[in-house]
Amino acid sequence: MPRMRMNQAISAAIADEMRANPDVIVLGEDVAVAEGPFKTSAGLLEEFGPLRVRDTPISEMGFLGAAVGAAATGLRPVVEIMFVEFLGVALDQLSTEGAKFHYLSGGQVTVPLTVRASVGAGLGFGTQHSQTLESWVVGTPGLKLAVASGPATAYGLMRAAIRDDNPVVVLEPRRLYAQREEVTTGEAGIIALGQARQAASGDDATVVALGSTVGTATEAAADGSWSADVIDLQSLQPWDQDLVYASVARTGRLVTVEENPLSGGWGADVVAAVAADLFGELKAPPLRITAPDVPVPFGKELEERYMPSSAYVGEQITELLDTGRVPPPWWQREENTP
Amino acid sequence: MNTPLERREALQQDRQVRYERMVEIRALENKVQDLFDEGLVHGTTHLCLGQEAVAVGVAAAARVTDQVTCTYRGHGVALALGLTPVQLLGEILGREAGSIGGIGGSMHLCDPEIGLMPTFAIVGAGIPVAAGAALTAQVRGTDDAAIAVFGDGSTNIGAFHEALNLAAIWKLPVVFVCENNQYGEYSRIDLTTPVEDIACRAESYAIGGTIVDGQDPDAVAEAVSSALDHARSGGGPTLLELKTYRYAGHSRADTAPYRPDGEFESWYEKDPIVNFGRQLLDEGVLGENGIDEVQATVNARIDAAVELVLDSAPTPVDAMFAHVLAP
Ligand SMILES: Cc1ncc(C[n+]2csc(CCOP(=O)(O)OP(=O)(O)O)c2C)c(N)n1
Ligand SMILES: [Mg+2]
Repeated sequence: MPRMRMNQAISAAIADEMRANPDVIVLGEDVAVAEGPFKTSAGLLEEFGPLRVRDTPISEMGFLGAAVGAAATGLRPVVEIMFVEFLGVALDQLSTEGAKFHYLSGGQVTVPLTVRASVGAGLGFGTQHSQTLESWVVGTPGLKLAVASGPATAYGLMRAAIRDDNPVVVLEPRRLYAQREEVTTGEAGIIALGQARQAASGDDATVVALGSTVGTATEAAADGSWSADVIDLQSLQPWDQDLVYASVARTGRLVTVEENPLSGGWGADVVAAVAADLFGELKAPPLRITAPDVPVPFGKELEERYMPSSAYVGEQITELLDTGRVPPPWWQREENTP
Repeated sequence: MNTPLERREALQQDRQVRYERMVEIRALENKVQDLFDEGLVHGTTHLCLGQEAVAVGVAAAARVTDQVTCTYRGHGVALALGLTPVQLLGEILGREAGSIGGIGGSMHLCDPEIGLMPTFAIVGAGIPVAAGAALTAQVRGTDDAAIAVFGDGSTNIGAFHEALNLAAIWKLPVVFVCENNQYGEYSRIDLTTPVEDIACRAESYAIGGTIVDGQDPDAVAEAVSSALDHARSGGGPTLLELKTYRYAGHSRADTAPYRPDGEFESWYEKDPIVNFGRQLLDEGVLGENGIDEVQATVNARIDAAVELVLDSAPTPVDAMFAHVLAP
């Protein structure tokens, strides 16, 4: 198994799909000659040439829309949106056009499109370049959404996304691009969309995490006075109820760990489903650990406080286990009251 | 230390101050790079080295009640409009002394007192917003105007075209100032844009489009002034294309390996600061030792600002909760 950084794993996944299928093309700003601002398309121009690997103007609506059209007529475009916020200027093409084509063609037209975007805080890029924004994607039927939590999941999810016949958004936590681990490549490394992964095992709680928070939750579980199943959701649309339910049925406690603001975060869906379907099995109220409802601040200390840290996750879960109640988030505790 | 308004007024009245401000912008950007290399800057920075004449020319022409939108490459425009070195460095270094209290960082400056609207980290986003500021002036019947400063790469995004069209049909008092520094990130303009001169894009919106030497602060000030006069008198928008060059890479870590050999050198021969300094010497505006004196004044000002900012309080954590919504 090769050891790879996450950006290398992404390049490798795209290259493997491009080798397997001549319909796969790559579009984005500075993805060809410069191999991507985050080096997520290394070697692609050299191997596959300028017909299939293209630098675009700064025209997200134009090239994402073109990718929808190309996908609807036979190609399998992989589009890079450098920072997920830039999806804002192209959202119509994804959510209102591409996501609806299959439905509005009575199933005759498919849109096998992959949209990749970097997400998340932690690198000091400031308020307009640090959000995770799953919520922009997850409420639109017709789209699938996967989120990488490291090199191996990035590889496996990317290949599955490119093979899928639907528009799939793959989010890549930016601060993990340089993280290294062993990656199973080839067919065996492909991760089916909609499938979660158990990242750690334990008895006291089920901690559901996504993207950047998988590492945070795993670290918290390793350091805790308690033990927990840590589930890397991997896909958010659809999400793996079977794995989550099986775990919660055993542990009796659900915790979600989210990098997004509290309001509208993905954890609310997971909590609502579990509370409804496993009500009788819960030993404690579900706990959501999130960022506060503020734009992502600049400044190292502020940004680090904004994102849930493993120490904070550990404290919140310890308190849940000790008291049987949901502890207030850090910003509602007296010493931190703004 | 002068206030932002005092700094702005001085620049409007005095060409020597314009020269000094260009030197200040250059020196501050170099200082930002040094601080970055020393590991003191969190995140990223986009320097405007080489583009100082654009910033100073725009600020010299605009009234203090005119609204200006600019980009993440906006340190120069902000300083030229009057933002102080302390406000700028404080923001970049995450201090309370920063222009918005250190909550924004390098890409997010603002000072309404001098017409600096919140700066934009999304390409093209400031262009329609400037049209909106012009709409306010039109509806209220003031003769203020707005200026959008943006890059060549931004003219390939929908917002640019929609804003120009809207401003044209409503005859909004706005001036669109494109800083054509030949690159958008790592791509030369000819790889992304089918026309060589951005100014020709004005024609499709039936507004004036003019190419200006962006390395000459007098030429910039004059072109912006006459476009502003046109706008204030109900003539509608103008697109100005300021030909300039970005000396540094796109952002902190970019060493610009994609530049053709000799390109930087050929632009450096037309360096705006060297040329304007020479011109002011010839005109007698600067005295014999004027260049050195200006440099020494600026260096002392920046050293003092760096010291003050580094000694000042970092932005407290609970500052993130302020100003999410208006009260
Ligand atoms: C909508 C959007 N797409 C992409 C980016 C990433 N990006 C930031 S600056 C930049 C280049 C902009 O070039 P130009 O407009 O010429 O301005 P310059 O940086 O040269 O001043 C790009 C692509 C962004 N910030 N926003
Ligand atoms: Mg440019």
